[in-house]
Amino acid sequence: MTAPLVKVDAIVRSYRMRTGMFGRVADLRAVDGVSFDIRRGETLGLVGESGSGKSTTGRMVLGLEAPDSGSVAFEQAAMPAIGSAPWRSQRARMQMIFQDPLGALDRRWTIARQVREPLDIHAIGDDASRAVRVDELLHSVGLAHDQGLRYPHELSGGQRQRAVIARALATRPDFLVCDEPVSALDVSIQAQVINLLIDLQAELGLTMLFISHDLRVVRQISRRVAVMYLGRIVELGDADHLFAAPQHPYTRALVSASPAPGRRNAERIVLTGDPPNPAARPAGCAFHPRCSHAFARCRMESPKLVEIAPDRSVACHLLDAGTVPAAASEAAA
Amino acid sequence: MAPLVSIENLTVAFDGVAVLHGIDLQVERGEALGLVGESGSGKSVTWLAALGLLPMATSVGGRVRLEGADILGAPPGKLDRIRGGRIAMIFQDPASALNPVLPVGKQIGESLVLHRGLSGASIRSEARHLLDLVGIPDPERRLSSYPHEFSGGQNQRIMIAMALAGNPDLLVADEPTTALDATIQSQILELIGRVRRETGMALVLISHDLGVVAENCDRVAVMYAGRIVEEAAADELFADPRHPYTLGLTGALPPIDGPRRRLTAIPGMVPNPKAMPPGCAFAPRCSSSDRRCEDKPPRLRAIGERRRIACVLETGALHPPLLEAAAE
Repeated sequence: MTAPLVKVDAIVRSYRMRTGMFGRVADLRAVDGVSFDIRRGETLGLVGESGSGKSTTGRMVLGLEAPDSGSVAFEQAAMPAIGSAPWRSQRARMQMIFQDPLGALDRRWTIARQVREPLDIHAIGDDASRAVRVDELLHSVGLAHDQGLRYPHELSGGQRQRAVIARALATRPDFLVCDEPVSALDVSIQAQVINLLIDLQAELGLTMLFISHDLRVVRQISRRVAVMYLGRIVELGDADHLFAAPQHPYTRALVSASPAPGRRNAERIVLTGDPPNPAARPAGCAFHPRCSHAFARCRMESPKLVEIAPDRSVACHLLDAGTVPAAASEAAA
Repeated sequence: MAPLVSIENLTVAFDGVAVLHGIDLQVERGEALGLVGESGSGKSVTWLAALGLLPMATSVGGRVRLEGADILGAPPGKLDRIRGGRIAMIFQDPASALNPVLPVGKQIGESLVLHRGLSGASIRSEARHLLDLVGIPDPERRLSSYPHEFSGGQNQRIMIAMALAGNPDLLVADEPTTALDATIQSQILELIGRVRRETGMALVLISHDLGVVAENCDRVAVMYAGRIVEEAAADELFADPRHPYTLGLTGALPPIDGPRRRLTAIPGMVPNPKAMPPGCAFAPRCSSSDRRCEDKPPRLRAIGERRRIACVLETGALHPPLLEAAAE
């Protein structure tokens, strides 16, 4: 097997925060030892709720933020220092798409000028070839030449997100990090953008890290999926298998919380307790206060992410104890 | 017996631009009605207009009746007793619906004074009971906490507690879980379901999320560009959508299990209310539309028991081409 395009090894990122105006300074561990590989041409989905550290992970993988410890390697080379010349030129190889296209676009510039900007920055081609490339890019995301002459406020949300995608693709990147790219869009428009991303990926051989809180969207677009909870990956595996037979109690609750037409009030698992707060991370397994299966060991010892089957890793003590065999056999089937 | 709430030919125009084109909708006692549609479809405006919550400059027409008595354009004093007392409403963003400088106990107490006429110590004990009912731990102490001391999900619980303070017959929940994480969303929906079972309160759940509506409602109305385009029992609607737009919406939703299929993206976008097509508003995006769709907007007609659709196309002929598109 070829080496992965992106290799993330035990990255950690903490922020300092103060509790109250004169409160004591505390470390907030947003990401706490996350490791994964993304193979060339593959899409890895990253799901989790707010505060799970998925966006921070995305920013570190892209080299927009340096990890406190651990490393990110792109094509087997370590990430260059932020702001250095090699780091700048590497920006052309990897790009990011955000949730809010209006915030990501400059309101005073036409769409075409913004799509062209990366070509100017990285000095790709001459004036004429850049103009041709801009039209090509707009066309590839389903925007007309005329729409390129408009300003962001003159386009709809879906069209703006297309413009952001066109700009991200301008430098022919190998790697794309998409952070909730369709969360702000209506269902029918969301489907257009998801189809577009899937088509572009197949056409251009893109490698993607796709971050979302929406399980359905992640499954649609990803081959493998990592589930994060309070800064750690709790489950990682093949997208179809993971959602069909989730192993970690948190993944199970998440899958069951994703409502589906035609599955009315089916055995929904409702978690008790508050959403995770990274500033007050529980001891032991971070999920144990909300887990109905938790036992003594969960309160003391944090479980490691262990491979339990080919292409499936889970961080849960229950699997050692052998108390969740039902779902495990489903996964094997 | 008259339905609990009956909306007849409700129209709304902002600055002369019509955004609701005659909504007919009934809510029976104790039922859960879902209202789905994308942004701008008029699902929130319908209920804001019905409850007299739109700005004065808006022109609102039609008729809204609560147990047979007209409430549209009713005098403010009467409306104040209805809103919160008979019909309560909760919104997407609980943090901005709560007063940040008032302890939550005081805010719940206000509703209790207004709608239940409580006074003195009974206010506090009833407020504590309500916080307990919506699952806030340690309610006695939390009565004196401020909204910022609660999480988003807890603030939505507090909004629900306030809504329940007047013992309403109907709760209108406008995207109550959209701002919340998935696991917290199921907690809130579970809470609303439990309260309904205990009190027999009716629910109107406004949501863009088909899954949320499917799981929590008996009946669903689908809105598009200021009109109801289809209405049916929830299980029927999702098992057998008849309107091309409903079919498109269900096809645009990625499945959570089973084989992956390409999503049926509805091409184009929602028409601008200032430039509505003369015929069916969905026709420009509809793969089955023909000349009949271009003259005038289709009437919402009954096609079965408690099932209505606004589409001129023969429903039998509608299916094959769209299903092919879905299978593609």
